[in-house]
Amino acid sequence: MADDNRNFMLKIITPDRVFYEEEVSMVEFNTVEGEVGIYKDHIPMTMIIAPGILTITRGDEVKEAALHAGFTEVLPDKVTILAEIIEWPSEIDVGRAEEAKARAEERIRENAPGTDLARAELALKRAVARIESVRE
Amino acid sequence: MASMRDIKRRKGSIQSTQQITKAMKLVSTVKLQRAKQRAEQSKAYFNCMYETVASMLAKAGGLNHPYLKTGDSDKKAVIVITSNRGLAGGYNSNVVKLVTRGGFKKEDLEIYAIGRKGKDTLQRYGYTIKYENADIIEEPSYVDAMEISRRLLQSFAEGEIGEIYLAYTGFKNTVVHEPTLLKLLPVEAPESAAQKQETGSKAMMNFEPEDDEALDMIIPKYVTSLIYGGLVEACASENGARMQAMDSATTNAEEMIDHLSLMYNRARQGSITQELTEIIAGANAIS
Repeated sequence: MADDNRNFMLKIITPDRVFYEEEVSMVEFNTVEGEVGIYKDHIPMTMIIAPGILTITRGDEVKEAALHAGFTEVLPDKVTILAEIIEWPSEIDVGRAEEAKARAEERIRENAPGTDLARAELALKRAVARIESVRE
Repeated sequence: MASMRDIKRRKGSIQSTQQITKAMKLVSTVKLQRAKQRAEQSKAYFNCMYETVASMLAKAGGLNHPYLKTGDSDKKAVIVITSNRGLAGGYNSNVVKLVTRGGFKKEDLEIYAIGRKGKDTLQRYGYTIKYENADIIEEPSYVDAMEISRRLLQSFAEGEIGEIYLAYTGFKNTVVHEPTLLKLLPVEAPESAAQKQETGSKAMMNFEPEDDEALDMIIPKYVTSLIYGGLVEACASENGARMQAMDSATTNAEEMIDHLSLMYNRARQGSITQELTEIIAGANAIS
């Protein structure tokens, strides 16, 4: 794992701050097309992010964060994630996430007319991602 | 000539006004620092967002996507970002002028007002206010921008509006603020980016999912980020404009006080001289 040549630059930017900027060996996250893991020398690609857990591997060190929306630009030696919402586990209020999860499940189950189902599902996915990232 | 007491009273009143303008200047200086920092922090995000969208559009050149062409409706939505409070020089009226003199037809416009001043003025001129929110501008957050862009894109998708504009004050630096009218939708491919792509400075970019779907998802984010950027910059500009206005008000007050002090001293000397003359004249008359 000490092979430094396999590292690439990972930059995570949110509208408010630069969330993360570091050399890493691998990054994994969810896209709308499914889960992906990215190593160095990936072909150039732009992907849309789906709510889920972002895993950053740096040598033996593994870091996780809840990533909710945004998109990512992958270049062979650099990955830029433009995250609309992203949180470290320490920033998450589990109680609130549980509540949001219950609320979203309720809405999906009832499926009352006028409910925006896609939005409710997205809210549910977000809540689940938050809870999972804290648990692990 | 005004009496000594009048001059003194006037001077006192100007002095207390000056204290207020001084305090307001200090407050907006502090706020400006914070807003400026925010604007700078969010720059990285927008530059990156802009480049991505630009390269996408350059690649997807001939794409026939709804977001890339004017809608059927003649209606145009304009988001107008102003402040909630005045005393900021020409800040608010400059933004309003963008709308009133922007070559739009009054009946075609739907105003999405952020900030009370712009809303009040445009309402008085007889524009249609479709949506208003005064609180956002105090503490702009990304969630607020998401909410507004969601509303607008929905109206756009449903064909209620054909074009979307953003009127705000761009923040160049502390003293230079530019009222800007920006077209959000339909998105126009920026020329410079297309040129860059031609010179081949960037590797060919792949999209996943494919162009059409990717545009569907990225354009709303692009619009949101532009709105958020507008909010943050407007906030910084507001405080910058207020700081300048209050600074010149303080300087003007200083000048007026100087002038009044001189008048006061003259009046006092005048009254002393007059008294002396009277006494001497009286003494001469007795002897």
